[in-house]
Amino acid sequence: MSLTSDYIKQRLTEKFGESISQVEESFGTLSFAAPKDLNLKVMQFLYDDEELQFRFLTDLTAVHYPERKGEELAVVYHLYNFRERVRLRLKVYTSVESPKVFTATKLYESANWMERETYDFFGVEFVGHPNLKRILNVDEMTYFPMRKEFPLEDQSRVDKDDEMFGRGGHIGI
Amino acid sequence: MSEQQHITLPEGSIERQTQTLNLGPTHPATHGVFQNILEIDGERIVSSESTVGYIHRAFEKIAERRPYYQITPLTDRLNYCSSPINNMGWHLTVEKLLGVKTPKRVDYMRVIIMELARITDHLICNGVVGVDTGAFTGFLYLMKHREVAYEVYEEICGSRLTTNIGRVGGFERNFTPAVFEKLEKFLKEFPVALKEFESLMTRNRIFMERTQGVGAISAERALNYGFTGPNLRAAGVDYDVRVAQPYSSYEDFEFTIPVGTTGDCYDRFLVRNAEMWESLSIIRQALDKMKTLPSDVWHADVPAYYLPAKSDVYTKMEALIYHFKIIMGESDILPGELYNPVEGANGELGFYLISDGGRSPYRLHFRRPCFIYYQAYAELVKGAMLSDAIICMSSLNLIAGELDA
Repeated sequence: MSLTSDYIKQRLTEKFGESISQVEESFGTLSFAAPKDLNLKVMQFLYDDEELQFRFLTDLTAVHYPERKGEELAVVYHLYNFRERVRLRLKVYTSVESPKVFTATKLYESANWMERETYDFFGVEFVGHPNLKRILNVDEMTYFPMRKEFPLEDQSRVDKDDEMFGRGGHIGI
Repeated sequence: MSEQQHITLPEGSIERQTQTLNLGPTHPATHGVFQNILEIDGERIVSSESTVGYIHRAFEKIAERRPYYQITPLTDRLNYCSSPINNMGWHLTVEKLLGVKTPKRVDYMRVIIMELARITDHLICNGVVGVDTGAFTGFLYLMKHREVAYEVYEEICGSRLTTNIGRVGGFERNFTPAVFEKLEKFLKEFPVALKEFESLMTRNRIFMERTQGVGAISAERALNYGFTGPNLRAAGVDYDVRVAQPYSSYEDFEFTIPVGTTGDCYDRFLVRNAEMWESLSIIRQALDKMKTLPSDVWHADVPAYYLPAKSDVYTKMEALIYHFKIIMGESDILPGELYNPVEGANGELGFYLISDGGRSPYRLHFRRPCFIYYQAYAELVKGAMLSDAIICMSSLNLIAGELDA
């Protein structure tokens, strides 16, 4: 039996009812959001269920939406079913003031560094993580650089006389 | 001999049996910039902690400000031993978002380049495993032929290591006759060298004893650790994105997925060697298939995203407009959200792209296989000898550029 999006949707709503929201399918991948205190329960259900068997955490990251008040940060899990070759996207929204989300490290060892990376760049605090510290950035850093309030430098700025890097001066790039 | 001498030892110095050893960040044996802080008891590793991020370049952040075609050079610097695969993966992701359908010939050209890149990546990795076990010769046998592969890249895109090869929609130019000549040369000479390399290593008693049982991982643990690519297949799971979710017309080719059983360094070595043979066969098949297709197609017909020919830019109004729109990064991209994986040389390389309809991605995340499986290193080397830890590291095919992004 092949695992269709409709079937997964049906199983999820049977189990979690109204908590499952934003169910949509884009580019062949079913995507849905769950409340942040249910993220582990949803993943455990997807892992344990005999028919669903989403037992591989492909990817874990976050996205910052500064304009969505109260749910600025989205933690995105990509789960994969090896048997049916189906991918699933689970999103968990959290506010930027208290970005606390339960850790998936109990379920997946691979979540360990991916959660550290997400913490490092977005400041999502994974509750229960065994070793939640910065991984790619320096330990002394006090901010979370992938958040949208840190824009990259405008490439067309002219106030900086910086000949070595091709801005200002006579090079004029 | 009248007085008895008393030596005062520091507190705890007798009780402490282990010592700390820094392996890396710049050590010839690490083949890249990463540090392992090992706690060793004699030569046996008690525990290890990996520190990464020494060459982190914030690609995901930079990508949020760049037009799509300027992100391709960023992907070069992920796994720089097989940059073409990263480039193609990015093009395929953007094409999927835009709904661009590429002609079959473009798909086959891409397959040729990707498989060539897979070979160059695997030969480095396996060569280096040989070097770390003390057999330098094999590495040199293979390295000689990587040169030919790099000449093929050079002929197509002008560069060798950080290739920036291809464009969204196809290739920047058609394959020249020299490309086919060089490919034929590679297909003729490389199998001889690979055969020689295999007869030198595969049944070599010293090599087998150095690698068998070292850094082994079970299929279950490997999956839990997020292993993909040759490292997962060595543990016995036949997961390959080329088959599970075919892209770029991989479904047209006949090839097998080699798998191992024990997931140790020796199996990883064998899987990579077998994959090189499969890649050679795929390149041969693709070349044969290309012969039946019209030879003047090297890109899809998408004028809004694919740069027009220079001769048209100077003579046609539309081409001129598109040229400027593309170069200035003013082509608007459709909104959408997708995750698109390709089978990179060391695992599933995924691009998670969110476009809000602007000129650059709203968010771009690279799923970098070696970042994910490197966390298993502490478990793989626990209780092993120091020299085994080094072989284990090189046989995992860790590429610092991909690790740190």
